[in-house]
Amino acid sequence: MLTLTLRRLLIAIPTLIIISLVIFLLLEAAPGDPLGDVPLTVPPEVKEKMRLALGLDSPWYVRYGLWMKQFFWVEPVHLWDALFGTHFGDGMQRVISFQSRQPVMQIIAERLPQTLTVVGLAYLVGVLIALPIGIISAYRQYSWFDNLGTFISMIGFSVPTFFTGVVLIIVFAVKLQWFPSVYDTTLQVTDWASFKQQMRQMVMPVTVLALYNAAQISRFMRASMLDNLGQDYVRTARAKGLTEKVVVLIHVLRNSLIPVVTVIALGVPTIFGGAIITEQVFKVNGLGQQLILSIHANDMPMVMTLTFIFAILIVLFNLVADLLYGILDPRIRYD
Amino acid sequence: MTDTTPATAKIRPPRSQWWDVWDQFKTHKGALVGLSIFVLILLAITIGPFLWDMAPTYVDLRARNKGFSAAHPLGTDQLGRDVLARMMAGGKVSISVGLTAMMLSIMLGTTIGVLAGYFRRLEGPLMRLTDLFLALPLLPLLLLMVTLFREPLSKSFGPERGIFLLIVFAIGATSWMQTARIVRGEVLGLKEREFVLAARSIGTPARRMILRHVLPNVLSPIMVSATLGIASAIITESALSFLGLGFPPDFPTWGRLLYDAVDQMQLYPWRVILPGVAISLTVLSVNYIGDGLRDALDPRIRGR
Repeated sequence: MLTLTLRRLLIAIPTLIIISLVIFLLLEAAPGDPLGDVPLTVPPEVKEKMRLALGLDSPWYVRYGLWMKQFFWVEPVHLWDALFGTHFGDGMQRVISFQSRQPVMQIIAERLPQTLTVVGLAYLVGVLIALPIGIISAYRQYSWFDNLGTFISMIGFSVPTFFTGVVLIIVFAVKLQWFPSVYDTTLQVTDWASFKQQMRQMVMPVTVLALYNAAQISRFMRASMLDNLGQDYVRTARAKGLTEKVVVLIHVLRNSLIPVVTVIALGVPTIFGGAIITEQVFKVNGLGQQLILSIHANDMPMVMTLTFIFAILIVLFNLVADLLYGILDPRIRYD
Repeated sequence: MTDTTPATAKIRPPRSQWWDVWDQFKTHKGALVGLSIFVLILLAITIGPFLWDMAPTYVDLRARNKGFSAAHPLGTDQLGRDVLARMMAGGKVSISVGLTAMMLSIMLGTTIGVLAGYFRRLEGPLMRLTDLFLALPLLPLLLLMVTLFREPLSKSFGPERGIFLLIVFAIGATSWMQTARIVRGEVLGLKEREFVLAARSIGTPARRMILRHVLPNVLSPIMVSATLGIASAIITESALSFLGLGFPPDFPTWGRLLYDAVDQMQLYPWRVILPGVAISLTVLSVNYIGDGLRDALDPRIRGR
């Protein structure tokens, strides 16, 4: 298990370095100019000074190295300072957004909670819906429940989230007026009333994302249950006279969950990507919306850092999925 | 097929295996419905503009925001353009982006998969490359590519063709990995089969080996992932358009129509629902076709 963990970790590091280089070079190859929005009345020598101040005059490998140092050394040091009140990071240059002149990580820290509550809750709800549906669908294969489940999950991953979101807004916010259509980002949860309001505005974005995730996970759950229901050990368990409940919910379910758990882990980073669209639909001020804003404003440090954080999430959860599989299924460990 | 039938068996006319596949496909109800809906949509966007020959870009400011009527069956938008004509023009672009991007991604995926499966020396590097692509954050990168290279490409190829090429290339280049993995797995299995050994023992060169023996035998998984690839390419294109990073406004696609209508969805919900339903229906029918194809092309299921 330890060697497996070490081996996966050692693969993850070069992967991340190459990905960061790919993103950096893509940004570098692009003709966009971060000073493109500066008014034409600004004289060229001032523009040149601005360019120098942004560090745009040095060659790309110097800037890439600088960014790496800032991301992997300066930012963690600042995080340490913020957590324990120390002053190790004073005077170190952090990654600064071109657009707002604030440290990039500060903006990300401000926006992370919104993304996490909406996306995290949606994923949790999606998983909680998907598992029972998958179990019942497999246990009663080709029943009306299974057919309905198949149809709904087919719709779930065929209908794009931006359309489900818009339809929900039209039906529940415009026609029925049950929920607010725009996410109020200034809302502070202080008492019961504001908590209720926060819940109400989260219902629709969470539903959209949960539906999409549940569609995929319930299919995996069903397929995995079907694989296991036909196995010999199930017949043995039944022959021993165990009740149907014990056979299905203890013997079959635990074994079927192994591949599903890894699929759930692998799905975590993709929902951050999916959240880009959902945040745009409901105007949630999360990380996805920040990414779109920064892309439009040519804010390279912000785009680079955010994209790389998405990449870290993917690599990290790939690692988690691999290790979980190793922990849950002893057959994997020994190869 | 040229196999000799035993004298006792009923003599049947020679029949290609594609008829068997079709027979199996026909038993899948969802796939049949999906196929007919998809054909209807294709007919609507190819023949439709000849029957309803109003220009999708014709601006009639006196007929803005009209409801359904005989003059405009699906109403008009905020500039008085005919929604039916725009839907047909938009569908043409959306589906051709889907088809072209799918072809690019299938070509890339098949080439990489076959090379990685057939030549042992290439397997390591190519599979590393595939893993690397799978670890990339695709939607952010797509957004980046489209924003950053929009200007230069539309300058050198014209605004419409430039964006079309860019979007097709971006989607194709970021969606080939699953196909490559599946094809490599199939090729690895095929290489152990006797007919490959027989072909190699009479000295067949690698090129003919791949074209003649390997490729025809990995056709079924490629066809299935091609079908599903159309669906995901259409969704990706409309997502890009929806984020305002797709085609220019005077060049409608379904995603763009939806994006343009969102601002006024409180007043004119139909203009949002129509393109959304068109995207969803196309993707749903393509997914059902893929489902049916997968069953029909699997010889273990066929004939049951």
